[in-house]
Amino acid sequence: MKWTRRDLLKGLGGLPILGAVWWAGAASAAYKRNERSEVLNQLGISPSLPPSVPNIDGEPVRVGIIGFGIRGEQLCRSLGFATKEWYDEMKIEMEENPDNKAVEDFERQEKLNVKLVGVCDIFDVRAERALNSFNTLENKIKRYSTYQEMIHSGDVDAIVIATPDHWHAPMAIEALKNNVHVYVEKPMTHTLAETYELQTAAEESEAVFAVGHQHRQTLSFKTAKDIIEKGTLGHVSLIQTNTNRNDDNGAWNYDIHEKASAQTIDWQQFLGTAPKVPFNKNHFFRWRKWWAYGSGLSGDLLTHDYDRLNCVLNMGIPDSVVASGGVYTHNDGRNVPDVLQVNMEFPRFSTGSSQVKGKEQGMTFCYSATLGNGFNRPTILMGHDATMELGNKLTVWPDGSSTRYAPMLEEGKIYPHTPIYQYNPAANVPDAISSATSQYFADKGLMWTYIDGVRVDSTFLHMREWLSAIKNGTNVSCGIQEGFDEAITAHMAGLSWKLGRKIEWDHEKGELVRIEGINFDEVLLAGEWKIESRELEKV
Amino acid sequence: MKTTNENGVKISITLLRIFVGWHFLYEGVIKLYNPEWTSSGYLASSQGPLKPLFALLTQPGIIDWVDMLNITALLLVGITFTLGVFERKGAIVGIGLLALYYLAHPSFPWLPQMNVEGSYWFVNKNLIELIACLVIYNFPTGHFFGLNYFIKRKPSKVKSYEMD
Repeated sequence: MKWTRRDLLKGLGGLPILGAVWWAGAASAAYKRNERSEVLNQLGISPSLPPSVPNIDGEPVRVGIIGFGIRGEQLCRSLGFATKEWYDEMKIEMEENPDNKAVEDFERQEKLNVKLVGVCDIFDVRAERALNSFNTLENKIKRYSTYQEMIHSGDVDAIVIATPDHWHAPMAIEALKNNVHVYVEKPMTHTLAETYELQTAAEESEAVFAVGHQHRQTLSFKTAKDIIEKGTLGHVSLIQTNTNRNDDNGAWNYDIHEKASAQTIDWQQFLGTAPKVPFNKNHFFRWRKWWAYGSGLSGDLLTHDYDRLNCVLNMGIPDSVVASGGVYTHNDGRNVPDVLQVNMEFPRFSTGSSQVKGKEQGMTFCYSATLGNGFNRPTILMGHDATMELGNKLTVWPDGSSTRYAPMLEEGKIYPHTPIYQYNPAANVPDAISSATSQYFADKGLMWTYIDGVRVDSTFLHMREWLSAIKNGTNVSCGIQEGFDEAITAHMAGLSWKLGRKIEWDHEKGELVRIEGINFDEVLLAGEWKIESRELEKV
Repeated sequence: MKTTNENGVKISITLLRIFVGWHFLYEGVIKLYNPEWTSSGYLASSQGPLKPLFALLTQPGIIDWVDMLNITALLLVGITFTLGVFERKGAIVGIGLLALYYLAHPSFPWLPQMNVEGSYWFVNKNLIELIACLVIYNFPTGHFFGLNYFIKRKPSKVKSYEMD
């Protein structure tokens, strides 16, 4: 009995097929992997590791919150304090969207070594909301009727300022002069004069000063910094950042509380140095729409994008700024623009060059915003060698005419339309993002970052960094220097829009180039400057 | 059952079996040798009635098992089909796997079609390949071309070969 050739062919014919397919699959996978690692080796990019913060030990930091509105509540949650009302709201949201993980995330958040000891809000309902939720037998919390009272009480080590913009600097300066630590929301100041005063106060104070640009904690931005420093993009000549929002919340038309009245709100304290107008709920709850209290797109949202890039590139204050725009989408009595384009010039800045020395230098940073369209335009850094999309996720595409990658492009190892690098720390985390505006914030690294695949609130990380600076003497990533750059740049944009002309920065003198007959701070605070000046021209 | 075209049917189904096996095998090997591959994205973007179930599979800890089982199943179908041995067991695994693929992204006209090339109305390529596995299950050809040849048939004598 023996197998014939025909038997073997019929019985074992599948074997060579199996072998061939297996070999082809394995070889193809290996080839792709080698090619990729060759590209990656050449790029030499290393994804950032989570920042290591020493333990915040000892006596808990006694924190007071000034301003317990939308942002104030968020900041308290990052410190570990959520109101009963928030839990109720989240319950309803979770019924609608079972994927909403806000409560789970909050409860998983590491407990910070803080005691919330005081609240200062001039709207009774908000102050009482804080007392009602946070006042426990173990932790007594006191309501202060003014910020001075809180700062001078001796019971508060540190304050968190989440008020309208025109109150940021006065409160921060008062606290720093009394060596009370400060965490202030952006923009750091409302006028140029305040910016210098606050700088001096922070430098002279023993207290720690931090500006609330929490996106500095986003891991992808740290990786982006590494990518750019390694010359991956070549010379970046243009940066595009955008604000694209198309809803009431995004246009600062927040809810007006039913209990708001002249009896429940300390209106005179709200106004402060602002023009004395009669009690106005609209102004109180939607203060971002008026120059008297806020600073519109330039102070509110450009600052996010500017500081996001300043933390990656460290380019400082622009040499000049030109802005244009208008009230085009929400003609509801506001005087801050809702469509704004700002071009910031950095003629001496360079991220490095792969070409002949001296050929490339200078960069324009273009900020483009509308509150009337929500199409997502990503942040793009455009270099001679590659383009980078910067968000919570990073993507780098080689440029078809790159000098650095010319050999690899020619050999067909890389292609202009295929990313050479992608960094997505959230690759395996399905997100449930509820609204368009929160998607906008998430893309800008303002809501969370990912550490080992786990979503972490970036504001929590930013506040932890501040508390560690207070307790351990470590550094803050957004201190007075970064805040100064951010505030001056925002004010330049606001001034340029209002005056309809180019605003220049004198790096040597450290001040704006003066314009004959113009008091910059007067212009910044004025509501109707543009209209008045136009009328003057006509006369 | 004898038909006038019996050889034609045998050859056609054998080819079908080898090609389906080839496809499964290659998919399995590519994934096996790519440590970064994961079915997470496919499952996370799942549509249709079983969406919550597939979303559950993407959880950390579970997804690694899902990926490993998927690769194992792909290789199993690939090997049994190309070699022509235990092909009916392979076909059952193949039908199960393809049914899961189909249910994760069913071609229902009212559902958004994600990660899909081509246009489909209820029937898509996964479903067609599933039916191919059904054919292979019902018409095993391993004894005609494959390792089953040795199991089903005693070695031929030189004589019978000469007579063939």
